[in-house]
Amino acid sequence: MTDAHADGSKYYVPHASPWPIVAAVALFSLMLGAVLYFDGVAPVWILLPGVLLLAFMFAGWFSTVIGENQHGMFHFREDRSFRMAMMWFIFSEVMFFAAFFGALFYTRMFAVPWLGGEGVKVMTNFLLWPHYEAAWPTNGPGHVGGQTFSAMSATGVAAINTLVLLTSGLTVTIAHHALRSGKRRTLTVFLALTFLLGFTFVGLQAHEYYEAYTKMNLRLTTGIYGSTFFMLTGFHGLHVTIGAIMLLVIWFRVLRGHFTPERHFAFEAVAWYWHFVDVVWLCLFIFVYWL
Amino acid sequence: MAESHATAVHAEHDHKPHGWRRWVFATNHKDIGTMYLILSGVMFFIGGTAAMVIRAQLFKSGMKLVDPEVFNSLTTLHGLIMIFGAIMPAWVGLGNWMIPMQVGAPDMALPRLNNLSFWILPFAFTLLVGSFFVPGGSIAGGWYMYPPLLQQFGAAFPMTIFAIHLMGISSILGAINIIVTIMNLRAPGMSLLRMPLFVWTWLITAYLLIAVMPVLAGAVTMQLTDHYFGTSFFNAAGGGDPVLFLHLFWFFGHPEVYILILPAFGIVSEIIPTFARKPLFGYDAMVYATASIAFLSFIVWGHHMFTVGLPVAAQLFFMLSTMLIAVPTGVKVFNWVATMWRGSMSFEPPMLFAIAFVFLFSIGGFSGLMLALVPSDYQYHGTYFVVAHFHYVLVPGAVFAIFAGIYYWLPKWSGRMYDMRLAKWHFWLSAIFVNVLFFPMHFLGLAGMPRRVADYAPQFTDWNMVASIGGFVFGASQLLLPYIVWKCVRSGKPIEANSPWEGARGLEWELPSPAPYHSWQSPPGEAVLARADKH
Ligand code: HEM
Ligand SMILES: [Cu+2]
Repeated sequence: MTDAHADGSKYYVPHASPWPIVAAVALFSLMLGAVLYFDGVAPVWILLPGVLLLAFMFAGWFSTVIGENQHGMFHFREDRSFRMAMMWFIFSEVMFFAAFFGALFYTRMFAVPWLGGEGVKVMTNFLLWPHYEAAWPTNGPGHVGGQTFSAMSATGVAAINTLVLLTSGLTVTIAHHALRSGKRRTLTVFLALTFLLGFTFVGLQAHEYYEAYTKMNLRLTTGIYGSTFFMLTGFHGLHVTIGAIMLLVIWFRVLRGHFTPERHFAFEAVAWYWHFVDVVWLCLFIFVYWL
Repeated sequence: MAESHATAVHAEHDHKPHGWRRWVFATNHKDIGTMYLILSGVMFFIGGTAAMVIRAQLFKSGMKLVDPEVFNSLTTLHGLIMIFGAIMPAWVGLGNWMIPMQVGAPDMALPRLNNLSFWILPFAFTLLVGSFFVPGGSIAGGWYMYPPLLQQFGAAFPMTIFAIHLMGISSILGAINIIVTIMNLRAPGMSLLRMPLFVWTWLITAYLLIAVMPVLAGAVTMQLTDHYFGTSFFNAAGGGDPVLFLHLFWFFGHPEVYILILPAFGIVSEIIPTFARKPLFGYDAMVYATASIAFLSFIVWGHHMFTVGLPVAAQLFFMLSTMLIAVPTGVKVFNWVATMWRGSMSFEPPMLFAIAFVFLFSIGGFSGLMLALVPSDYQYHGTYFVVAHFHYVLVPGAVFAIFAGIYYWLPKWSGRMYDMRLAKWHFWLSAIFVNVLFFPMHFLGLAGMPRRVADYAPQFTDWNMVASIGGFVFGASQLLLPYIVWKCVRSGKPIEANSPWEGARGLEWELPSPAPYHSWQSPPGEAVLARADKH
């Protein structure tokens, strides 16, 4: 009757945990803080308690789970739950980016040409902005954010960053193979390379942003081009940063001797996440920088 | 045998934490389910209060009960609260309670995450409801938050957006948990096409949630950055387009309405066979219909935007795809009716609500079809006809199904029977007055009364009075529900067997009532599964 659990164990149901409520309070204080900040009631450091509490929560919650894992509380079934959850979480992230890519495609394909008077929208152009000619990149008929700006080129930092991120996808795969065949030294080295590449990416992107703001007159406020460029690359950069921190965390766990060739969910979860930011970057490179 | 087995497990493992920790640190699917249901009830009555004020203001032309701005705030908050606060948490609560029991699992797959999904919500609703009390009042441009109107409100604007973000996080985490529970913790032998339909519909709903909540999050984030950081997503001068928000919102919004209704389909598909004492007609067809509705729901969003100036080709596409949804929906209605056909039916409260659901939801489906026709929608759009449509699918639709579920499973949860006579009163009052409330809105809409107006031309007065009276009685009769539940839990007559319903089948009824604290400590065997099989 109990053959459900191949290994004969019961599914692990933790009893009473304080971490979720800490997480809920952290999220709430972060968002309440953001409301107060946006409303001009409080300076930006009002966000700090929320951020700190969130960091505390992640550390606490994850170390609890890691501890349980090290004590052998998890078996095949729990492992599979974690895997599935991570995949669906990544799917939700994909859809989040899809909203912003959708905004990019919609404005490029429809909104901007319509403003230029294409098709049945000819009167919009004629009545509102008769001198506007649709083109991409654009900051719109109102030249929001300044008369001129330069667009980001695909051959500069972006190309280097593509190389950096693709290489890091390779190194994390090498690390994974090393883990599976028990070569701990290779694992440590290549995992370290991966997060170093990740942080390099973030650094280069920061440099790119700096150039944009200081030399190219390209800002978040530069019409629809600036909006889509910075929001897409910005959210992606945020995800790379998070991914690199996660890589760092599992690197420390590797140093502590965690993970076996057979069972290493956390490693795989981080690797999937890393490949996800990789793929998002490829789309960014093609649709934001290149085309 | 399986029963005694389950009881033994029960006695052995029934050590629940006590006091506030049991709830705040909860990891038990039943405790969390209960909290969801209570929260949903609270929000239902808060949203209902707003509705009562709305109906009072609209009682006759020229009423000056509340300021027009307050009126607009109330309609907006009413919509947001009922959708995100009342219906969605009710589904998650029912899912939490029932899914582990129905698939033969000890609990949800990720119990701590489950707790987080719940506890985010009270904070989210604090922001949302609290925005009513900040200077400038809450947002008032309608629940779909179109720009640039949304951005013209003070602190309420970021408060609402962050409330949406929190609700989104909660829904996504909750949906992940439900998918993982269903995919990973099913008892051995319970193949996908053996799952109860409530489980099936929730599985598909969860998928919809994960697919569209992030899009909503992205869309409202764009409003936030447009307003506070000077981006131009919805600003035509910068090359953006306010209509972009409509696309993003309704790409979320239409799947969202199916998020609200698919679990209802599931519940009704559980209840009708029980009380018709016949297996569900066309189980497989039901599953495929649900899946195709879910798929189609991604490609029909434009029917909310027929009047904003979409290209003609787009209008045609969205019109046809929308009408396609009527096919799988029709399959479902047909199957429910065919299940009842020549059944030996009895009419206990869950069945009454389920039958009313089939009938009244169909009325909403028909008005939906009328709205799907582009030329007719040019006339109906923005009128009370739309209000009538979606209230028919949501109130005697989703809400009645929630009531049906509560009356069906309350004996399971509490081990006691509720006052059947009062519950029938609840049903008849609701079923009659929901029509008094909403049916006249069809006439008002066709006659041209716009939605979201604090006052109207005198010729609309008669039907508005009727609707308001219907609203007050309907609203008041809802107070019966918490009383019935409370009375049942306190002093209901204990039920003897596992199930009070003669025709009920399903794994949940194989467990004792009240259900043990941890549902299936060891999975049910094939014998139990076979007995539980519905078809
Ligand atoms: C047979 C299936 C359905 C069809 C063909 C349909 C069609 C439509 C159309 C065309 C509209 C837009 C009307 C307008 O604004 O001019 C609409 C609005 C709406 N529908 Fe449906 N619908 C269907 C089922 C449902 C269901 C099952 C639900 C929810 C459970 C639902 C909820 C809504 C809501 C909430 C709105 C109004 C949104 C708003 O403007 O505030 N519909 N429907
Ligand atoms: Cu729709």
